[in-house]
Amino acid sequence: MVADLGFFALLTVFLLALYGCAAAAIGIWRRQPAWIGSARMATLLSFPLLTISALALIFSLINLDFNLEYVASVTSRSMPLYLRATALWGGQAGSLLFWSWLLSAFASAVMLRDWRRDRDLQPWVIIVCMVTLGFFLSLILFFENPFLRLWQGVTGTVWTALWQPAGAQPYAPIDGNGLNPLLRHPGMVVHPPLLYLGFVSFVIPFAFAIAALVTGRSDDRWIRLTRRWTLVAWLFLSLGNLVGSRWAYDVLGWGGYWGWDPVEIAAFMPWLTGTAFLHSVMIQEKRGLFKHWNMLLIILTYDLVIFGTFLTRSGVLSSVHAFAQSAIGPLFFLFIASTLIVSLFLLSRRWQQLKSETRMTSLLSREALFLLNNFLFVSILVICFLGVIFPLASEILTGQKVTVGPVYYETATGPLWAALLLLMGVAPLSAWRASTARTLGRAIWKPLLISLAVVLLLLATGMRNPGAILGLWLSAFVFLVTLYEFWRGAKARSSNRGENIVAAFWLLVVRNRRRYGGYIIHLGVVLIAIGVIGIEFFQLETQGSLAVGERLELGGYSMEYVSLAEFQTADGRLVDRAVVNLYKDDQFLRQLYPRRDFYFESQQPMNIPGLYSTIESDVYLRLVDWEPVSAQSATFKVYLNPLVNWVWMGGIVFMVGTLVAAWPERETVEMAAPARFRGRPAEARG
Amino acid sequence: MKSLAVSLLLVLMLGIFVASAAAQEGGPTPHPDEVNAIARNLYCPVCANVPLDVCGTAACAQWRQQIADLLTQGYTEQQIYDYFVQQYGPSVLATPPASGFNWLIYLLPPAVVLLGALFLSRGLLNWKCKPAKRQLAHKKSAKDKYAQHLEDELRARR
Repeated sequence: MVADLGFFALLTVFLLALYGCAAAAIGIWRRQPAWIGSARMATLLSFPLLTISALALIFSLINLDFNLEYVASVTSRSMPLYLRATALWGGQAGSLLFWSWLLSAFASAVMLRDWRRDRDLQPWVIIVCMVTLGFFLSLILFFENPFLRLWQGVTGTVWTALWQPAGAQPYAPIDGNGLNPLLRHPGMVVHPPLLYLGFVSFVIPFAFAIAALVTGRSDDRWIRLTRRWTLVAWLFLSLGNLVGSRWAYDVLGWGGYWGWDPVEIAAFMPWLTGTAFLHSVMIQEKRGLFKHWNMLLIILTYDLVIFGTFLTRSGVLSSVHAFAQSAIGPLFFLFIASTLIVSLFLLSRRWQQLKSETRMTSLLSREALFLLNNFLFVSILVICFLGVIFPLASEILTGQKVTVGPVYYETATGPLWAALLLLMGVAPLSAWRASTARTLGRAIWKPLLISLAVVLLLLATGMRNPGAILGLWLSAFVFLVTLYEFWRGAKARSSNRGENIVAAFWLLVVRNRRRYGGYIIHLGVVLIAIGVIGIEFFQLETQGSLAVGERLELGGYSMEYVSLAEFQTADGRLVDRAVVNLYKDDQFLRQLYPRRDFYFESQQPMNIPGLYSTIESDVYLRLVDWEPVSAQSATFKVYLNPLVNWVWMGGIVFMVGTLVAAWPERETVEMAAPARFRGRPAEARG
Repeated sequence: MKSLAVSLLLVLMLGIFVASAAAQEGGPTPHPDEVNAIARNLYCPVCANVPLDVCGTAACAQWRQQIADLLTQGYTEQQIYDYFVQQYGPSVLATPPASGFNWLIYLLPPAVVLLGALFLSRGLLNWKCKPAKRQLAHKKSAKDKYAQHLEDELRARR
């Protein structure tokens, strides 16, 4: 009954999506606002209906309605309540429903804004959102329906169908298959929703961009309208990637947080174009430049979002993340290709109208440096894209399977990341429009000099790795430049307005949230960079078999094997848990409990490391093997991960910065600009 | 005579035992870190995208043991990679072997970045050069205020 309700709600939203597109199109064609109002209502209605559908599935998951094929495939009696509920995104059909539900929520939220100034954009925004929603709903309804039931014929054969086939009886297995063990982690409760929030939010700026292209609005209105959407989308995507990294670090047991897995990269690619877009739109707002480029970036971001979902869901690339494989791959491919072609066609039609309004006047101006930043981000994107598709291309064209592992990505993108760090240090000190080597040099020399002192300090401490020294120098440089920018601003404000320096600093940030929020993000990036440098250049590891009482030494730490216990848990695991005493310079620190969980349902093992975290480093201890029954000896692999916690600290700073930048400011009401002023850059309007 | 034959047989058996033991050992048992250093650059064809040194499955544990055995037999690192490629195909390597079609993955990224850099630098220089002419032209025409006003009006109407 509940499942039927969920299915009919789903079907109704699909029909509403089709109707919304048609009504909006008729409204445009006949110039009748009533049709557009009706399309808006259809969009608004999609959210409560999809909420009913999602809740119906969650209800079935919690109540273990094993008659539903989806419920039987992703839950089991041994799973705790919270995992049953989050199994909504644990399988393909459920996660597509979750994706659609989020999109309907965002599309509805957009519809609730005041459209009086942008009536011409509204129907096109509806069409783009509803086409995207309709596509995902069609995948659910026709290929991956989470409400399909299990039926048993007289011969005992079990099959799936929505309604009872003739002569068949409802069938429910005694227990379900249970969730993939990799997904049974608190990180997985938040990682997919964050990533999906990031993915789906980017549909909104794309919809506005397409609306601007179709209606011929060459001004930056669509960018201003979606600025906060874009920032929020970017924040969620960043957090999704970060939380995913932490999950990998805690669960996959490979000693690191980023394995350059194709599906990791699939979530990373829209982040790259999204980051480039966030920088590039500033140039359009300030100087009226790069209008084509911004359109291209948001189109790319949208299609990379769909591509990311496609890679995760189609199973086209073998990966630890490609949990599900199905026949929806070609449809995804078709949708990506058609949206890309249509978007590029629209862009080509408006090419002349979107020409830059001013010219670049200096190679050292901020806009020129931002362009360089965009070039670096897109280069990294191209490298990642090539790495992801190369194994596929090789198999199709030569029949030979190959693997493109971390070495390729690290070697190819490393110098580009370093160049990006350098730009992060230089660009904030350059001026818009006119910036010369002299003015830039005058602004840069102080932080540059102090950062060089950091290099001397590193050399004095005995560091000789050129890559690490370069990376840490660049990090110090960016850090100092950013602090210098805060200091310069606060000092100027303090002397101009007579405020004390603390108040001046606070008001500086509050009154210029976007700019200083951006600088806080830069500080977060510096911390992440330091963490990455630490683990990439200075990670230590060793492996050894220990008898009870024996020790394994690494980087000043020593691990003593104490005991190993084997026991079963109520949630269907056989756990082998070792107890290890950790010492540093012979001083006892604490006990570590690395373990291996073996899931009976899926016959899958999982290695959960024992962790000792400090700001300086992590001791990451993994149980590799042990002597059965007696457990008199066990094999451990231990990693010493220097500075890895700076990555997570950087993530928090990063989040704070994005929130500051996205926090709504008290906006002065802009008077509707006369048509003849449309398209002029902000500075020309004064 | 009989005792001599028994003695010879014992010596022979001892010789065979020692020889076979020596042949089996081949060299000292490698340290697990040596095995992992090689396993890091290999991927199991079954467990997708998981390097062999960290893969927790029984199959991968056997492969690591196989690397240890090959090291004991005196194989070099390269010979071990070649052995695994011969047995399981090139997908076991962490990076594609630099031959034939695979050259693309090594050549395309730098080529794309270089081309992009070339394109960008040309674009930037063009952009920088044009405004000077344009601004000069603008200054000249600005002498005639009426013509300037007309130009502005026309531009606004377009």
